[in-house]
This record gives sequence, C-alpha cells and structure tokens, in this order.
Amino acid sequence: MATTEEPRTAAVDVSSIDHAVSPSDVYGTHDELLTLNMGPHHPATHGVLRLLTVLEGEVVRDVKPIIGYVHTGIEKTCEDKSYWKVVPVIERMDYLAYYFNAMAYCGAVERLLDLEVPKRAQYLRVIHLELCRIMSHMVWMGTGALDLGAISIFWYCFRERETILDLFEMSSGQRMHTRYIQVGGVMEDIPTGFVEKCRAFCRTMPGRMDDVAAILTKNEIVLARLRDVCPLDAQTLLDYGVTGPLLRAAGNPWDLRKAEPYSSYDDFDFKIPIGAQGDNYDRFAVRLAEVYESVKIIEQALDGLPEGPYITEDRKVRLPPRHELATSMEALIHHFKLVTEGFRVPPGEVYFPIEGPRGEYGCFVRSDGSSKPARVHMRDPSFVNLQAFPPMVKDAYIADLIATLAMLDPVLGGIDR
Amino acid sequence: MPDATGLELLAQDLREAHPDAVADTVFFRDKGTLVVGPARIGDVLQFLKGRGFTFLASVHGVDYYPEEPRLGVHYELLDMREVDRLTVKLRVPTGDPVVPSVTPEWPTADHQEREVYDMFGVVFDGHPDLRRILMPEDYEGFPQRRDFPIGGEPILFTEHAAQGTDYTLGTNVADPEKLATTGEQ
Repeated sequence: MATTEEPRTAAVDVSSIDHAVSPSDVYGTHDELLTLNMGPHHPATHGVLRLLTVLEGEVVRDVKPIIGYVHTGIEKTCEDKSYWKVVPVIERMDYLAYYFNAMAYCGAVERLLDLEVPKRAQYLRVIHLELCRIMSHMVWMGTGALDLGAISIFWYCFRERETILDLFEMSSGQRMHTRYIQVGGVMEDIPTGFVEKCRAFCRTMPGRMDDVAAILTKNEIVLARLRDVCPLDAQTLLDYGVTGPLLRAAGNPWDLRKAEPYSSYDDFDFKIPIGAQGDNYDRFAVRLAEVYESVKIIEQALDGLPEGPYITEDRKVRLPPRHELATSMEALIHHFKLVTEGFRVPPGEVYFPIEGPRGEYGCFVRSDGSSKPARVHMRDPSFVNLQAFPPMVKDAYIADLIATLAMLDPVLGGIDR
Repeated sequence: MPDATGLELLAQDLREAHPDAVADTVFFRDKGTLVVGPARIGDVLQFLKGRGFTFLASVHGVDYYPEEPRLGVHYELLDMREVDRLTVKLRVPTGDPVVPSVTPEWPTADHQEREVYDMFGVVFDGHPDLRRILMPEDYEGFPQRRDFPIGGEPILFTEHAAQGTDYTLGTNVADPEKLATTGEQ
C-alpha cells in the first residue's frame, strides 16, 4: 500500500489513517499502564479474592491481592466458646481442610493439657487427614483444570471427592465440617464396613489418578500452559514463608509429616514428592504425586490399625460413654460439667504446626486457666502463601496469572478466617 | 528440639551480642521462648537468623488483658536444618503500641503484621504498606482486643438504613445519642 503524502493532522480523521503504519505512529506509543480489577466475584479467583492488576498490554506488571471479603471473625468467636465447642467453628476456616484445622487446634489443646492420645485414635486421625488431603487435592485439580479450560477433569475429580465424602459421612455422619477429630482422640470409632469401603477406595484411587494424569500430563495445551510458567525459586518462597506443595515444587523437601512427625506419622512409609523447576507444572505434578502417597499412608494405617480406645480415657476431657449415664452418678456429673462448663486447661501458650494440603497449619492457643481459650490463632498457609503470588506473576501474561492462581490453590475461607 | 539448657545458652549469646535485648526466657511444653524488648526485635531476629532460624513461620498478636503491658506480638521461628522451633515474644502497652517492622528483612511478615495491626492496633514502624487487611478500610476499633465486645458490632438492617445509621461507626448519624442497632438511648 502507498503512503499518503498529506501530513496527518487529526487522529480522529479515520480516512487519513493508513493501514501500513502501526497505530502507535498515529496515536503515539502506548506505554501507559492499565489498572484492571478482577473480582471479588470472579469464577477464576477461587472464592472472593480481589486482584488489582496493573497491566501493560497483556503483561502483568503488578498485582495486589485484596482480601477480607469472607472475614467472619472465627478467631474472635473461639474466645467465647469452651474448648471442645471451638472445634466446629475452627473447622470452617479453611473449608477444604477441615480435618487439618481441627487437628492443629486439638493438637495444641492436647499439648497444653499434656494429654496422651491413644494409638488407635492417632491412626484414625491419620486415615481421615489423608482422605481429607486427597479430597482437597481433588477440588484443587478439578477447579484448576477448569481454569485451564478442561471441564471433564472436574467431573472425574469430583466423583472421587464424593467417594471420600461418603466415607466421612460413614464415620462421622457429616460430609463436610465433620467435627470428627476432637480433643483427646476422635468422636467415635469407625463403623463396621468402613475399613472395607476405605480399602476399596484405596484400590481404585491410583488407577483413577492414572486416568487423570494420562489426560493432563500428555496434553499439549496443558503442558504449554503450565511448563516453565511463573517459576519461583525455593529461597524466595522461603522468604515469603511459603510451605507445602508450592515449596516442594521448587525442590525443597520440607514436609512436617517427615520433619516433625505428629500423630504417629513416623510409623508409615511414604515419600515426599518434589519438583525441580518450581514452575506451574511442578506445582501440579507434586500435588498429583502426593495423592498416590496419601493412598499408601491410608492403606498402611488400615493394615496396622491398633486395637484400643478411640479417645483418651481421661474423663475430665472426654464425654463419658452414653450407656454409663443411666447407671453411674459419677459419669452423669462428668457429663454435666463437660457440657455446661467444659474442661479447664492449664495456663500457657502453645503453637502446634501440622502439614496440611496447602502447607503449615499452625494453631496458636493461649490459655488463661479457664474453660475458654484466651486466644486462638490459625497460621493459615493460604494467607501466607498468597504473598508469593505477586512475585510469581510479575511480567507474566494475564492468562498465566489465572493458571498460577489455580496452581497456588488458595482457599479464601482460610485466608480471611 | 532445644532443651532448657540450650535455650539459656542461646539467650546468653544473645545478651552478649545485644545487651538488654532479652528480658526473659520461658521453657514450656518442650519449647523455648525468648521474651525481648520491643525496640530490639529486628536485631534479635537477625541474630537468630544467623543461628539457623531462617524461616519465620508465623507472626501473630495476643491481647493479655487485664495484664499490662497488654498487647503481645509473637514471632514463630523455625530452623529447617535442625528442625528446631523457637518463639520470640514482646509486649507493648495500648497507649504506645509501636513495634519496629521486620517486613524489610522478612517479607513473610508483611500480611501478618498487617493482620496484627488490623486486629490489635499494634503499629509496625517501618512497614511499607500498613493498612487494614481483613476488616474494611474505614472500620474503627480493633476487634481482636479482649475488651472489644462480641455482638458489639452494629449490623445494618434495612430499617436502620432508613434511620440514617452508619454501621461502621455504630452510631445513629441523625441522632448520635441513640444506638444504631436498636434506635434506643
């Protein structure tokens, strides 16, 4: 095309624009930044997360996460409840990791009480914690794949999740927020048939994961969207306090189940999957590999499930068995005291960390000697990990921001508490 | 895990490096705690970083009401090589709740210090972006303090909006003498 000889005077004069020259010649270069608000209600933000992004074209130059939209003051509520009534509230923080919230809290209270948890209860806890970890990873993988445009994975993952929720319903009567783990042990022994159903799940799960892996890990689009996208090295992650699969994806094999075993995790033989690059693909692959390891732990826990009580025998902490109430005056008194006032906990402050699906869940409990905690704080991994999100996505494409957020796996209930 | 003797040795080294930094040591449930003066927190954490505690796991606030000084800030440190944990605690009064921020050296403290500020009103001097994080920006009061009542939060219902109440202040804008929620005196 020929260029016009006449000087271009006004940019609004469309007829004067020649298509051989770029718009920047006419309008001047566009180096200004665009601030784009995403959320808080956005299907790709996995909850009510608001991202204030600064874009240069399609490239993210800065992102500010704005949180607090589902802050419900759970930590404040805990201060007004007796110790055993805190469990159902604290489970609702990170709503995909309710067993972990309960475990971190109960572990902290047990440490304050200096209470020994029976071996069988520890194994039952491990079984449910690992089931919950798989369940959380299934939700993550389903919604994460959805963000990459793959809807079928969502249905596969939620099918497995339903199976796990059926198991939860069987052992506790609830599908979510089960209140199964409680101070001193677990709520009830597992019912007849639970072990068989759980074993059947453990038999099918690796094959099901193979299917999902076959669809995703050999998929050109998935690989192009995840490989070498938004990597962050282990040292930077540590500086930002990141733990869990994100840190392991960068090659640091830090896992509290191995490093500081709690609840008899040292009885089981399992591996810690780690990545090499710390990119989105490693974050994906580490969680996928963790599912296989969790299945292994559950199988070992079922094999070695010891006989014995499912909760401590200390009647000052646990409710007496129901049938004793009709015959034993002492049981009735204990029951009355526990239900009305609750048990008292010696004064002190403890911090009890455990390894959850997203990293370190650390519960801080301060007791002033009364029957209500003076302070409960959950160090939620989503809240801390979110800080590493801006350095991850800096100078990446906005489409990769969505993919990275999916691989970050934040749960806003845990972030806002 | 460090034993009580190890904690005392650590505290001794810290006292030699920074006199008057360590106020007390507590050993409770197999875990050591250093109680330090608020002004020296940056130095203390930097010293402990050199001793292997390179990971700051958690920063959280506590209200020790009715004890004085009321507000506490806890720093949970972790040595990943030795698998060793240590808590560093400090206390500040509500009248002068200023603690030097450790965010420049420990980027993980950013959100957590903001949460402590939001919930307890502890001001972190030197924090790059000290704003409320969980509560609304125009919120007044520090809800995690022990004297902040549960249920003291006025809720804006439709009929109160008609009365011209402001839910963030908890007062009736039209008539400040009346309570926002009930419209009563």
